[in-house]
Amino acid sequence: MRNFYLIFKKELKSYFYSPIAYVVITIFLIITGYFFYNIFAAFSTISFQAQMNPGLARQYNLLNITESVVRPLFGNISVIMLVLMPLLTMRLFAEEKRSGTIELLLTYPVRDIEVVMGKFAACVAIFGIMLIFTFIYPVLIKIYGQPELGPIITGYIGLFLMGAAFISFGVFASTLTENQVVAAVLSFGVLLLFWMMGYTLAFADPGLIGIMSYIALMQHLEGFAKGVIDSGDVIYYLNFIMLCLFLTLRALESKKWRG
Amino acid sequence: MIEVENLTKTYGSFNALKGITFKVEKGEILGFLGPNGAGKTTTMRILTCFFPATSGRARVCGFDVFENPLDVKKRIGYLPENVPLYKDMEITDYLTFVGRIKGIDTGEIKKKVNKVMDDCGITHMAGKLIGELSKGYRQRVGLAQALISDPEVLILDEPTIGLDPKQIIEIRQLIKNLAGRHTVILSTHILPEVSMTCQRVVIINEGRVIAIDTPQNLTSQIQGAAKILFKIEGSSSDVMEELKRARGIKKVEMKDTNNGVSDYIVEFEKGVDERKGIPALIVKKGWGLLEMRPMVMSLEDIFIKLVTEEKGV
Repeated sequence: MRNFYLIFKKELKSYFYSPIAYVVITIFLIITGYFFYNIFAAFSTISFQAQMNPGLARQYNLLNITESVVRPLFGNISVIMLVLMPLLTMRLFAEEKRSGTIELLLTYPVRDIEVVMGKFAACVAIFGIMLIFTFIYPVLIKIYGQPELGPIITGYIGLFLMGAAFISFGVFASTLTENQVVAAVLSFGVLLLFWMMGYTLAFADPGLIGIMSYIALMQHLEGFAKGVIDSGDVIYYLNFIMLCLFLTLRALESKKWRG
Repeated sequence: MIEVENLTKTYGSFNALKGITFKVEKGEILGFLGPNGAGKTTTMRILTCFFPATSGRARVCGFDVFENPLDVKKRIGYLPENVPLYKDMEITDYLTFVGRIKGIDTGEIKKKVNKVMDDCGITHMAGKLIGELSKGYRQRVGLAQALISDPEVLILDEPTIGLDPKQIIEIRQLIKNLAGRHTVILSTHILPEVSMTCQRVVIINEGRVIAIDTPQNLTSQIQGAAKILFKIEGSSSDVMEELKRARGIKKVEMKDTNNGVSDYIVEFEKGVDERKGIPALIVKKGWGLLEMRPMVMSLEDIFIKLVTEEKGV
């Protein structure tokens, strides 16, 4: 536990020693802010038009701030995470392997699992900081409208779980190579595939639809954004994380016998 | 303290180690000598539990490196060959991290970090990022991280490479001072370093141990009888004839003739010392004795001899 904490602290610090954390957090906030502005502006335009046009006003969904601002916002944030998360995770092991520091790290009296969990947790912490900064958006919505609080809270829980899942895969990809770019492309590509699976359901073999819709990363966020915490979705993300961290451990161990 | 038995390591189809056996006693400094690719680093990585051996056993402080890696790692300080350090950390932060992870308590860590920085001469650099340091200072930080927990066993892979002569002397002195309290294995291809710092030498080549002994014994054993070089002025045929006739001489070899001055390398029978007889003979014959010096084989010569002999077999 103590070693886990030491590695966690060291990794967290090194995110801030290098420009990575600052750059990723800044870009993340700029893009999400831009999306938030657009979504919110579109919503207010529609609201004005609805005042003039009774036909439009009958489409309640459009005028529900939770439905037309909060949900799309979470959807957008999750896509931006998909792009940026691999940039946070790519260095975790690839950098250590390239510079050789992994040799010293693994000859210190630490267990592999402490190293993996420490690095994973540090990255999740950075991600957590990113999410906390976005709290400004719901606060703004709350000031100018009456959103439901429930879906916002569950939406954040969903985003957090999904981000952790992205990170767990990124950590795994980072153990496979000593090239950071390869690690980033690999994790981005695979996560995108998992993501896209949700869109291709219509063309899938009927027998596969069930499996694919369960595997697809995006499907499981839907519930959270609606305000539902489905234990199935939570278990899906936790399973995904555990599988990736397990694979990371194996990949790390394989270095030992592959030589 | 360290027992290595019949260690082998295969990378794919390449046999890096072909059965290495040696022992290191407590408090001893053992030099690990060999050309590039001999298997020095591989052996060290097995001893530090970075990867396991293909077969054979290695024990450090009584713990098997394969079965109890954590117990072994706790007792080892390791300095890898190219000194991989976190470039984006400050020296003090880095040493604190290593010290804590090696089990030093929060209360003691500051004292230990200061002491080890003092020992390695990096105190005035304390607040710098490791990435900003020169090679020599990085080497010292590497040594400091190996020493910080005061480990029983130190494994140093080419610790003086890339340092300036003054630093080399300091680091060697530092390593020498570790003898007694710590057991040290150090690898190098700089041979004088071994004769200066190590009590015993293991010479390995192509994954095999080809000699284990003290530097002195290795020198005398391989050199065999004493050889002395004489620079003599005089007719070379006469000199050769007289020298061959002299008592206790096994072999005479003539080299470099220049203006009637020649070098003769005289090899004596074992146990014969004719350092008085030959000059007397030269004077008696009226030749000129310009130079006389013993030809001591350096570890370099021994090393090359052993390595090439091995190839001949």
